Amino acid sequence: MIEIKNIKKGFGEKIVIDDVSTEFRTGKCNLIIGTSGSGKTVLMKCLVGLFEPDAGEIVYDGMNFSEMTEEHRKELRQNIGMLFQGSALFDSMTVEQNILFPLDMFTKNTPGEKLKRVDEVLDRVNLQGANSKFPAEISGGMKKRVGIARAIVLNPRYLFCDEPNSGLDPQTSLLIDKLIKEITLEYNITTVINTHDMNSVMEIGDHIMYMYQGHKEWEGTNKEIIFSKNKLLNDFIFASEFLRDAKDMRMLEVKGKIDNNRNMDELLK
Amino acid sequence: MTFFTEFGRYLLTLRGMFTKPENGKMYWKEFMHQCSEIGIGSLGIVAIISVFMGAVSTLQTAYQLVSPLIPLSTIAQIVRDTVILEFSPTLVCIVLAGVVGSKIASELGNMRVSEQIDALEIMGINTKSYLILPKLLAATAVIPMLVVISMVLGMVGGRLAGTLTGILSPAAFDKGLHQYFKPYNVFFAMAKSYTFAFIISSIPAYYGYNVQGGALEIGRASTKSVVVSCVLVLFADYVLSAILL
Repeated sequence: MIEIKNIKKGFGEKIVIDDVSTEFRTGKCNLIIGTSGSGKTVLMKCLVGLFEPDAGEIVYDGMNFSEMTEEHRKELRQNIGMLFQGSALFDSMTVEQNILFPLDMFTKNTPGEKLKRVDEVLDRVNLQGANSKFPAEISGGMKKRVGIARAIVLNPRYLFCDEPNSGLDPQTSLLIDKLIKEITLEYNITTVINTHDMNSVMEIGDHIMYMYQGHKEWEGTNKEIIFSKNKLLNDFIFASEFLRDAKDMRMLEVKGKIDNNRNMDELLK
Repeated sequence: MTFFTEFGRYLLTLRGMFTKPENGKMYWKEFMHQCSEIGIGSLGIVAIISVFMGAVSTLQTAYQLVSPLIPLSTIAQIVRDTVILEFSPTLVCIVLAGVVGSKIASELGNMRVSEQIDALEIMGINTKSYLILPKLLAATAVIPMLVVISMVLGMVGGRLAGTLTGILSPAAFDKGLHQYFKPYNVFFAMAKSYTFAFIISSIPAYYGYNVQGGALEIGRASTKSVVVSCVLVLFADYVLSAILL
């Protein structure tokens, strides 16, 4: 579990994150949602230590990240995997070399064991046989899957995904969401996802935090989000007429079920 | 940004390189890769400019030495000293500032912009150490070798131009190469080479590593790094000449 307590971060005069506290639970997909410029990416970069928060604490399973020495942070980072928005694959390396890199750097396994592990994770993300391809030769969805494979190759305890669906078609987005969800459950890791994608919110949002202008505006699950009365959240989630109609239909459907249940109860009496 | 702020950031970047490597083997692999990239990658251009530099020096020296009182072998002697003292270390390093410097700056800039450096940081790797130090050490190891090769090729080019045009015989050229030779000149050239190698690898690494923005900024960082490196090479050339000669 990752706890963040009263995190604040600003750049010059501008406050980007203002007193945000929450918990990201283990074995769950924890989503951070919000409009562009709401501070999601800055918060994620604070979580992984790419930015230093101005105030507040970040606690990884009882270990205070904010008070750690650089050496301890390095050790902890070997338990962190991250999928970047643009995948951040090393251009000059093949898919196999990209995934081998963390293994070469941090393990003392034999070359055979390392290659076996690479094949395992490639198999896990359904990319068998892509070993010798360069990032420039594969599609956006494949790059994301290689990014996930590289992020999980060292069996991390924490997985961070920065807009994993950006630039992908809806079908591929669903596949990536499904993959992240499966990996989260399979490895029992704490997954934190920054996203704008409403499909992801509804499909895999075990725990959702909505950020608005740097502060936490709402928190709940994908089941609760439909019935939220928070105007800012509703304006963001149900921005299009289609989604507003879908929400109304869903509410009517649920209301109908409740009414039916009531009728049943009355009949049974 | 003021000069002192920029200089301070440059020093901090350099200081950040010196930590214990996460995996010595990987650093060595990267060092060897950079030696090959910088050394083998620049060998062609160094060979071409060196041969022509020597050839042109011979022709121009012969053109200016018209007195019958001066022996023809003096042409070779002047070519040798000019090549060793100035042309090979300075001219070659200015060309390398463009070739190697722009490559280092754009490579690191692209890695920064495409979040590859962030990806390495999150893995727990000291990126300054892993990305900059091998480049700096490789440049410092390989560039003086390129300068030595350039010296030899410069004199070969001069000899070829002198003999093919009939200005002086091969024997006269060889005699000139041997007369009044001061080994200290080679030491001076090597001192310059090491200094310039440090400049033309660390300055582009600093600009590339700290790029913020997109493709346009990578281009700007690359150009700025080459300009600053060239100016600093010339400045260092003057300072070293004033101190060591």
